[in-house]
Parts: sequence; C-alpha cells; structure tokens
Amino acid sequence: MDFLQLENIHHSYFSSKEAKEVLYDINLSIREGEFVSFIGPSGCGKTTLLSIIAGLFPATEGKILIDGEEIAEHNKSLIGYMLQQDYLFPWKTIEDNVTIGLKLTDRQNKTHKVTANALLQEVGLPNVGRYYPRELSGGMRQRVALARTLAVNPKILLLDEPFSALDYQSKLKLEDLVVETLKTYHKTAVLVTHDIGEAIAMSERVFLFSANPGKLHKVFDIPKELQGLSPFDARQHPSYGGVFQSIWKELESLG
Amino acid sequence: MDNTLFERYQKSLKKERRFVRLYQLVILLLFFGGWELFSRNDWIDRLIFSSPSRVWLTFVEKVSDGTLMIHVSVTLMETVVGFIVGTLLGTLLAMVLWWSPMISKVLDPYLVILNAMPKVALGPILIVALGPGYISIMAMGALISVIITTIVVYTAFKGVDPNYSKVMQTFGAKRWQIFKEVILPASFPTIISTLKVNVGLSWVGVIVGEFLVSSKGLGYLIIYGFQVFNFNLVLMSLLIIAVFATIMYQVVELIEKKLIKNQD
Repeated sequence: MDFLQLENIHHSYFSSKEAKEVLYDINLSIREGEFVSFIGPSGCGKTTLLSIIAGLFPATEGKILIDGEEIAEHNKSLIGYMLQQDYLFPWKTIEDNVTIGLKLTDRQNKTHKVTANALLQEVGLPNVGRYYPRELSGGMRQRVALARTLAVNPKILLLDEPFSALDYQSKLKLEDLVVETLKTYHKTAVLVTHDIGEAIAMSERVFLFSANPGKLHKVFDIPKELQGLSPFDARQHPSYGGVFQSIWKELESLG
Repeated sequence: MDNTLFERYQKSLKKERRFVRLYQLVILLLFFGGWELFSRNDWIDRLIFSSPSRVWLTFVEKVSDGTLMIHVSVTLMETVVGFIVGTLLGTLLAMVLWWSPMISKVLDPYLVILNAMPKVALGPILIVALGPGYISIMAMGALISVIITTIVVYTAFKGVDPNYSKVMQTFGAKRWQIFKEVILPASFPTIISTLKVNVGLSWVGVIVGEFLVSSKGLGYLIIYGFQVFNFNLVLMSLLIIAVFATIMYQVVELIEKKLIKNQD
C-alpha cells in the first residue's frame, strides 16, 4: 500500500533576477513502514523536496498525498522532520526540548513528562531530562533531537542529513539506533544524504536524483540480505561493495 | 591529581583579585584626596570645583532639612518609569515589525530618521504637549531610548537562526508560538544588553527634561545650583546621579544573570 505519494511535483525558486527550476516532474511513492533515501549531486533539489513533503512551503505544482489525503493543516502533524544539526533550544532543558512538539499541539501537560522520559530511555539517554543541551555531546544531542521528533508520534520521518555533523563513531551508532527505533514503531522514513554508504546501509530503496533541474534519475532496490541487517553490519556484508559500486557509477555518470 | 598546584593557582587568583580591589580603592582615594588638596591650596578655583568636604557639608545639610530625599526620589521615579516604558515600548514595536514584514519595510526609512534625530531637541514640544510636569519628563526618558531599542531588538529577532523556527514549523507551530518559544528567548541576551544602554540613556533624558522644566529633582538642583552659582550643589547632585545610575546598572546585571544563565 502506497503511503506517501508524490505526483508531478515541479518547483521553482524566484528571485528578483531570475527564476530557477529546481525540481522537474517528480513522481514517486513510498510504502508504509519503508525506509528510503534520496541521494544525488548537490543542487539536485533533494532537500527542497524534503521541505515540500514536510509542508514547510508548497510546491509550485503537483500533489503530495499521505495515506491518500493531500497534506493540509490538520494532518501536518503526521510528519516529523530532523535537520542536519540538532537545533535543540539552548534555553530549555532536555525534557522541555523533547516535549515542545506536544506542548504546541496538546495542552495536557501531565503526560508529557512520562512521554519524555520513556523516549529518552528509548534513545539510550535516561536521566538527562534536567540537563541543558550544552551539557551534552553532539551525538547525545542528536539523539535527543530524534526523541523530540518521535514525541509527537509522526507517521513519516523526514531525515535531512541528520548524521552529517557528527563524528564517525557517533554517526555509526546513531544510524543503528535510528533504524532500530523506526523498525520498532513501524515508521515510514525518508533520508536525504550525500553518503552513498549510509543510504545503502539504512534503506530499502535508494532514489538517485540528477541536478539542474532536479529529476528522479534511477531507483535502486537494496538486496533483501542487506535490509535485514543493522546499518553497521550491512556495511560489513559481502554484497555491500557491489551495490556501492553500481550506485557510485551511476552517480559518476551524472557528472 | 596534584592538589597543591591547584591550591596555588586558586591563591594566585585570590591575590590578583585583592590587588585589583586595592588599586581601585587607591584611585578613588587619590581622586577625592587630590580634589580636596587642590581645592584647599587654591590650585583650582574653589568656587567652580568646590571640594569633597564642602560637597559633603551640602549633602548633610540637604539630608537633614529633608529636601534631598524629595529630589532624589522624584528623579529616580522618573528615570525608572522612563527606562521601563522606553524598553517595553521599543520591544513591543520590534515585535510589531517582526510580525509584519510589510510594516517593517514601510517603516524602515522613518526609523532611521527618528533614530538619527537628537531626541532631546523634542523636549520643548513635549513640555508644551504634555504639560510641565512629571509626565513630560518621563516621556523624555522613554523617548530617548525607544527607537534605538526597537532597532536593536528587531535586528536580534531577525538574527535568530531560522532553523529553530523551522523545527517549530514542523511541529505545526503558529507564528505567535514561534515568537514565544523561540524568537523571544533567543533574543534575551540582546534585549538585556539594550537594557544596559537604556539605563544610561534614560538618565540623560530625565536630567535634560528637568533642566528644561520642573521644580524638583536632581536635574533641577543642578540647574538651580548653576543659576545661583552654588557648585557645591551641582557636584553633589552629579555624585548622587553617578551612585544611582550605577545601582540601576547593577540591578540589570542581576536580571541578566538570572535570565540567561543557561544559554551558550
């Protein structure tokens, strides 16, 4: 069953000097519970596409359907968005950071604390609720950001290079954590990344975009034997290298 | 860990602090001592520059006849009100500008003009419009800081990392929620630093206001002292202003510590 559908998405940016077409006729659909990645050269509009799916701004043309319904105010909350950096609010405690989404949508404050603690436990950070973001390391902060995104119980998670600002070790650990958490809750996820390895290790399908204007170039199905593994183990699997090569060649051919 | 090294470091810190305090005290004593000495020996004009002992005598006299209390409290009240009104109004205006990019675009040149204009020049108009009393003096204290507060705080609002707002938007936050949860708290450090500037500005506004009109207050004492050539009175008022302006500044610093202790 197609959960997220993009139909004929076109998008252009306008400035006083020029109009620039960034997305040209994007059509794709993603199943419920599926993990997919968007990769492509810079300027291929993958982050723009993610922002459009998130409802941050409307596409110039085209339709986005979630569960058969077009996105509007009332079902925006189905979408969770994670950015390159954690963007935790430095003036709020970790607990208040995690519950900010709940606070905005629902005034019942009593259950928030419980939700926050359960989620922090889930991302492996029990007992940090009273701390402030500056007291945590980069990896821990990004995990808190994950908890904050999950707190509102979104159906779809949009991940905009959320591991790119982390050191390699934290990145690998967080990849495992994200995949495991999303599988547990059966969430649909779209990851934007420039790291082919990360895309292969984490997703079930990889969408390759070409630039100027951004077009969907090719879709790669990741072999079943890799899908079952955690991202860390997938990177060690014998068939990983082959998949990497084929995507790499295709990316190179785009210039 | 070598604890003696750490202790030695702490001791050196303490020693340095004591030295700083000592020198500060020495400067203070030298200033007043020198002033007294120069005045007694007629190296400076006693009539104009007075001397600490005479200023003190004037102070004691004015305290004991109860008039000083009234002058100080009037000026203090006017300054505090002017300061608060100026800051609040400026912040409020900044909020309006942030709220509506259209209004901010339209008003931009007018803000520049208003900011560049010397506000004290409006004094006579204020006095005619609002009457020669507390109200126009407080208005003066507020007016002098309101535009610069608007500009600085609005710039701070605009300077908040848009990704914080993006996070809020993905949670479906309304514009006022984004303001309350993100824009305002993120701008507290800037707002506080404008408060510090405004403390000084409000004193200028109020004292100038009292120069122009009024029969009470420290500004009045200065002008009166000048007219009857009683410079003991002028210098005493100046010293009192210095003391209270410092106290106000310290209060703002205290608020700062409480408000932004958790920000990077």
